[in-house]
Amino acid sequence: MSAREDILNRIGAALRDAPAVPDIPRNYRRVSAMTAEQRLEQLVDRLVDYKASVFVVPAAEAAGKLAELLAGTASVVVPHGLPQEWLSALPPAGTDDAGSPAVAVDSPQRRLTVAELDAVDAVVTAAAVAVSETGTIMLDGSPSQGRRIISLVPDRHVCVLRAADIVEVLPEAVARLEATAPQTWISGPSATSDIELERVEGVHGPRTLDVLILQ
Amino acid sequence: MSGTFLGMPALPAYGHGNLNATEPFPKAAHRELGNAQLRANLGHATHTIRDKRLKVVAELPDWEDMRDSGSAIKNATMAQLPALLEQFEANFTARGGTIHWARDAQEANEIVTSLVRATGETEVVKVKSMATQEIGLNEYLEDQGIAAFETDLAELIVQLDHDKPSHILVPAIHKNRSQIREIFLREMEDVDPALTDEPARLAEAARRHLRKKFLTAKVAVSGANFGLADTGTLTVVESEGNGRMCLTLPDTLITVMGIEKLLPSWSDLEVFMQLLPRSSTGERMNPYTSLWTGVTPGDGPQNVHLVLLDNGRTAALADEMGRTALNCIRCSACMNVCPVYERTGGHAYGSTYPGPIGAILSPLMTGIKSEKNNSLPYASSLCGACFDACPVKINIPEILVHLRGEDVDSRRATIKVPTQMDLMMKGAEWAFSDGAHLGLLEKGLPLGRLAAGRDKVIKKLPGLAGKWTRSRDLPAPPGQSFRQWWARDHKAPDGVVPGTGTTNGTGTGSPTESEGGQA
Amino acid sequence: MKIALFATCIVDAMYPRTARATVAILERLGHEVVFPPGQACCGQMHVNSGYFKEALPVVANHVRAFDTDDYDVAVAPSGSCVASVKHQHELVARRCGDAALEARAAVVGAKTYELSQLLTDVLGVTDAARQLGSHFPHKVTYHPSCHGMRLLKLGDRQLKLLASVAGIELVELPEADQCCGFGGTFSLKNADVSGAMLEDKAANICGTGAELCTGGDASCLMHIGGGLSRQGSKVGTLHFAEILASTLDNPVPVAGDVQLAGGRR
Repeated sequence: MSAREDILNRIGAALRDAPAVPDIPRNYRRVSAMTAEQRLEQLVDRLVDYKASVFVVPAAEAAGKLAELLAGTASVVVPHGLPQEWLSALPPAGTDDAGSPAVAVDSPQRRLTVAELDAVDAVVTAAAVAVSETGTIMLDGSPSQGRRIISLVPDRHVCVLRAADIVEVLPEAVARLEATAPQTWISGPSATSDIELERVEGVHGPRTLDVLILQ
Repeated sequence: MSGTFLGMPALPAYGHGNLNATEPFPKAAHRELGNAQLRANLGHATHTIRDKRLKVVAELPDWEDMRDSGSAIKNATMAQLPALLEQFEANFTARGGTIHWARDAQEANEIVTSLVRATGETEVVKVKSMATQEIGLNEYLEDQGIAAFETDLAELIVQLDHDKPSHILVPAIHKNRSQIREIFLREMEDVDPALTDEPARLAEAARRHLRKKFLTAKVAVSGANFGLADTGTLTVVESEGNGRMCLTLPDTLITVMGIEKLLPSWSDLEVFMQLLPRSSTGERMNPYTSLWTGVTPGDGPQNVHLVLLDNGRTAALADEMGRTALNCIRCSACMNVCPVYERTGGHAYGSTYPGPIGAILSPLMTGIKSEKNNSLPYASSLCGACFDACPVKINIPEILVHLRGEDVDSRRATIKVPTQMDLMMKGAEWAFSDGAHLGLLEKGLPLGRLAAGRDKVIKKLPGLAGKWTRSRDLPAPPGQSFRQWWARDHKAPDGVVPGTGTTNGTGTGSPTESEGGQA
Repeated sequence: MKIALFATCIVDAMYPRTARATVAILERLGHEVVFPPGQACCGQMHVNSGYFKEALPVVANHVRAFDTDDYDVAVAPSGSCVASVKHQHELVARRCGDAALEARAAVVGAKTYELSQLLTDVLGVTDAARQLGSHFPHKVTYHPSCHGMRLLKLGDRQLKLLASVAGIELVELPEADQCCGFGGTFSLKNADVSGAMLEDKAANICGTGAELCTGGDASCLMHIGGGLSRQGSKVGTLHFAEILASTLDNPVPVAGDVQLAGGRR
């Protein structure tokens, strides 16, 4: 008998008393009771609590703010589907403008190697959705967010989030995500509580998380 | 049961591996209690985490609703486990993942070894996983010439110190910062000799130490927090990014997951990803959660395996009174609030699973007669703090009592000479099964009073009761029992006016006139 | 109201004053108290030690003693024993396959109350000084026993009653919700861990500067008092029923001839 058959048989025998399948109560909050304003405020509060830096600007100022945030950064990687206009205030690639970063684009045609990513200072991605109550930003691997590896290896992650994509509670975000997409849920920079259960930020994942919220 | 004939599984099929107390709990506890440093470390850590958990749980108006949902979802999972496993398998496989089934620890270790061998590699990086701890995978791989590197900070500390984990969430909870610094200085080849004991500096040292390992690793081994049946999705919940490194960078990913870790549906994650972080680290959300479904072309490992592990889980499932122990999501809230764990630490339990949940899960998975696991269900004062803290409402005290019953029954069946405890219980059965019997015994109270002497306290008792008087006095018994007083002296009240002090003094006013007070 | 007193074995044999105080309180409120003579013990010690077979006759005896229409409600001055009556008796009967006993146990359990529950929820006592004449001019700290707190969800019922006693000075006990380490036979089977828990509880109590520690369970108070006494502490223990029963004219003495646990040198 295969292990599979054996285990399934064991389970069948263990459940010989045929326990009832209970109805699942779902009385927890599944939709937001907050205004968009309140959600934004709550998200900022949570992210700051996690020691992320948060910047809220009108959507029209996205490119300018990004250029400001990336000034002094030597190199940046972006996913191929990142909205072009967000990078429009950066000097075009090839110009040797001191203080503006070299931008590498990670795409299905040209995937950066681990070593290349390790040499990059920062990554800029979009986000799929964010949960204000828990301060969580979800990436789902779509072209504006890229492969999981690009938002992991560089030491600084600049994440651009549209205010319209902020929900209050986790069930709202889960409903918007595609389960089978490769996902990373991010709540602040990497951290550990392994030493005396005190939280300290900055371990293996990006040690700096900047969140740019576009209104 | 001896159902070895064809087609019928031999039940219960108990688990093996690191699931046993190897010495009786009281003996191990006695040793650990003597370690003042350990007690100080544990006291500090458990109190820190308790306060954090209470704070974030109090934030949610629907915490109890979520616990009700979590509990029901897990009960529903267990009731439909075969169908959900098959559904999960179909979905995970359809997306390019490969599923393996392991009856026990040995089989799981063999499967992982052969998968690593097939890659030609001799090193693996590991994400913290209780399942691989349970089956002793690292030791097995080492015997096979494969080096396993733990990457979670606490696991790294334990591995570098050649120690054993003592907590399921924070395996190095028994070490304080200066001890961790010493371990790093002693065991990390590339460490900065000026390393301080500041947690941020220690975390940075771990980052430097493991960075190259992550970037060059070809094979990773992980556990999983949840498997979602209706989509075939796996989940790893973590903080440091070591999980993301292992789950994303290598070509080959081998995950070992207990069969009970399933949830029926993707949307059930909305409940458990609220329950788990708040219960375990006391955070609103853990820094990183990774989700993958089989293989994603061009993103992450392309050679993806899952080992579904029984190793005694079906034995636990077969116990109708104990099966809800399988609902455990390994948050560790129960051990963080447990007054026994707080004082003994995790090593006293022997098993990979310490604390209140370990005291039920270990004997359920191995059978009550395995090694010294029959001592684990007694490692509790039944105070109930664990039940209150459990995010999926496992009634741990009730299962502890059930397993004590299993232990008593199993010893009854094999041991012919009754223990002192057996005799005491037998005697108490007679005394307490009839008011007249108790009344008769109470006639002897003055004798106890005599024994107590002028100090009216008993400082030393013989036999089993001597364990009481090791650190406590016993008051002298009263001159007469309540029963005797009621029969002889109690008179019906005659209209006492409350608070006016005009009691008639004949039995209703004051309970204090004769001796025998609270002691 | 006709109220059946379940004294509990430990109070009956070791702390009769607690039961007498309970009677006094209820009679002062104008109720009739009866004492079903067949009663002995709730059986919790057997159950919690895994001796289900031996527990069955004990549970059956309790149900036999209290399964009558001769009273309106039953009361016990113990959260732990009431929790056993309410939660364990059916379980024992079911485990031993006695369906008839299970059904009767449920009936008895439903009409059994812990003392503070009865006083607060049924008898409407909100002001012990006014309604019971309670007077107790002492500095007191309070330990909420685990089973009352967690199994019966008594909340602050006992504490509120105590706070309404005239003259009392209540001081908060740090880490009050931590178990004292008694746990029945746990204190014998795991005497070292139990002792370590007791040590911390005793230290917290002594740190309050209270003259005594009160609570709702004689067994926990015996444990705590026994530890305090062994350490040579002068702090005693006293069941809250006795504090409620204490009046200006008939005060419960805290030192002197009447002994309090741990209060003896």
